[in-house]
Amino acid sequence: MSLSIDDIKRIAHLARIRVDAEEAARYQAQLNSILGLIEQMRAVDTASIEPMAHARDVQQRLREDTVTEADRRETFQAVAPQVEAGLYLVPKVIE
Amino acid sequence: MQHTSLKQLATLLAGGKASSVELCQDYLDRIERLNPQLNAFISVDRARTLAEALAADERRARGETSPLLGVPIAHKDIFCAEGWRTTCGSKMLADFVAPYDAHVIERCKAAGMPCLGKTNMDEFAMGSSNETSYFGPVKNPWDKRAVPGGSSGGSAAAVAARMCPAATGTDTGGSIRQPAAMTGITGLKPTYGVVSRYGMIAFASSLDQGGPMAPSAEDCALLMNVLAGFDARDSTSLEREAEDYTRDLNQPLAGLRIGLPKEYFGAELAADVGRAVEAAFAEYRRLGAKTVELSLPNTRLSVPVYHVLAPAEASSNLSRYDGVRYGYRAPEYADLTDMYERTRAEGFGAEVKRRIMIGTYVLSHGYYDAYYLQAQKLRRLIAQDFAEAFDACDVIMGPTAPTTAFDLGAKRTDPVQMYLSDIYTVAVNLAGLPGMSVPCGFGDDGRPVGLQIIGNYFSEARLLNVAHQYQLATDWHRRVPGGL
Repeated sequence: MSLSIDDIKRIAHLARIRVDAEEAARYQAQLNSILGLIEQMRAVDTASIEPMAHARDVQQRLREDTVTEADRRETFQAVAPQVEAGLYLVPKVIE
Repeated sequence: MQHTSLKQLATLLAGGKASSVELCQDYLDRIERLNPQLNAFISVDRARTLAEALAADERRARGETSPLLGVPIAHKDIFCAEGWRTTCGSKMLADFVAPYDAHVIERCKAAGMPCLGKTNMDEFAMGSSNETSYFGPVKNPWDKRAVPGGSSGGSAAAVAARMCPAATGTDTGGSIRQPAAMTGITGLKPTYGVVSRYGMIAFASSLDQGGPMAPSAEDCALLMNVLAGFDARDSTSLEREAEDYTRDLNQPLAGLRIGLPKEYFGAELAADVGRAVEAAFAEYRRLGAKTVELSLPNTRLSVPVYHVLAPAEASSNLSRYDGVRYGYRAPEYADLTDMYERTRAEGFGAEVKRRIMIGTYVLSHGYYDAYYLQAQKLRRLIAQDFAEAFDACDVIMGPTAPTTAFDLGAKRTDPVQMYLSDIYTVAVNLAGLPGMSVPCGFGDDGRPVGLQIIGNYFSEARLLNVAHQYQLATDWHRRVPGGL
């Protein structure tokens, strides 16, 4: 199958990437070419195969439920685009 | 300094023949002279490097003797290093100064290795040529018309041009091995989980692995002793006894069984690369090894499977770049969604956006089973191919890449052609195995050729042994580019 311009616009919106009409056309050609490469793998019968999520079969570790991190809010907020009174600022979302 | 191994540098420092400050000054001078031609470094900070060197010299004066104390190293700009600008090759992080150290950086600091600078790379490690960097392409020191490979192309070029004695890299689908091959140096991608991913900016978390890049296998073994180790902050870090990766370097190779997968010698393999790796096999037979032909039948599926799984993981990992907590924010926007969309449209380059969009698509409602689940199933088949192969051989060998370094611009407009240049490397990441690239000659164009050596899980010391014995018998790893 191949992606239409509307598909590209929908995917771009899901990914929160703004695309204009000219870019959408370019992405359509490129993503369809990449999907063409990916299509090769869809023909293989894998009904009896367990998916492999990870290279090594490891268990999640548990630790004591205690605070391990120091409070470094000011250091971490120093690299943020817009901060005030210890809060990250974003455009107004609730009227 | 040009032909000095890590072992020789360590000996100079231990014997008081040179200080770390003097070594770092020499390398910084060489970086200053060569970087305008090669663009291998994104950030250099002479004062910070020399302060770290002075601290190493003071530690030695107090009687400390750790093996690489005072030996400098360059770090791929994907590793967060406190106080250093850490860009990941992206406009998104062009002004980001890391507020903490990656585990790899902590380990190098604990070993007393001063940082010479942060090396250029494909944006967010997505690329095979270093051309997707926001900071411009890196030139291959062997031929400035050629790419250095990618994504750790800055580290590879810096080591090849001897702007640093060694560097770190990361490898998600070949990003240590392929640029090592294209620049005539040695690189090792460890078993997944051996080197902590903490503070290593995430691309595809189930595939990403850091490792050493240096002129020789012996250098890489010494560096592995520094880089490897358990770290509770990476949930996939493996709890294992510490290893001495140099322990087997001098073992003879008599009786070594080398598997040659027929799929690694297909029509895509350039004749000159094929000749160079065949000559390496002949050298190994002289050293007492046997070669056996075998098959990894699912090799051709590895590139498509990789280009489902890696973008899927990337689309999730890169959702954090939203213009709120760090990094770039678009200067103008109408509302919150518009702020996200403009920030990400302006902050990411074309290849990163393509991969995020592919990843978003394969994970989207209605397509998950057909793409993501199918790719995970095929990942198991690819891993099983290797498991069966290692019944018949000790290590697998073949070319690292199908061609020597291609020209700058040659594949830039065709993503699929670029992806296919990773045909011999991506399966190793999907399986989580260790793999190396070792210089083994030159193509008809005078550009280097790399021999790939793949081992079973946790066989790094054996791989380094196999590479080191070859390097005792050959001098490809000692060749340096002329005209610099």
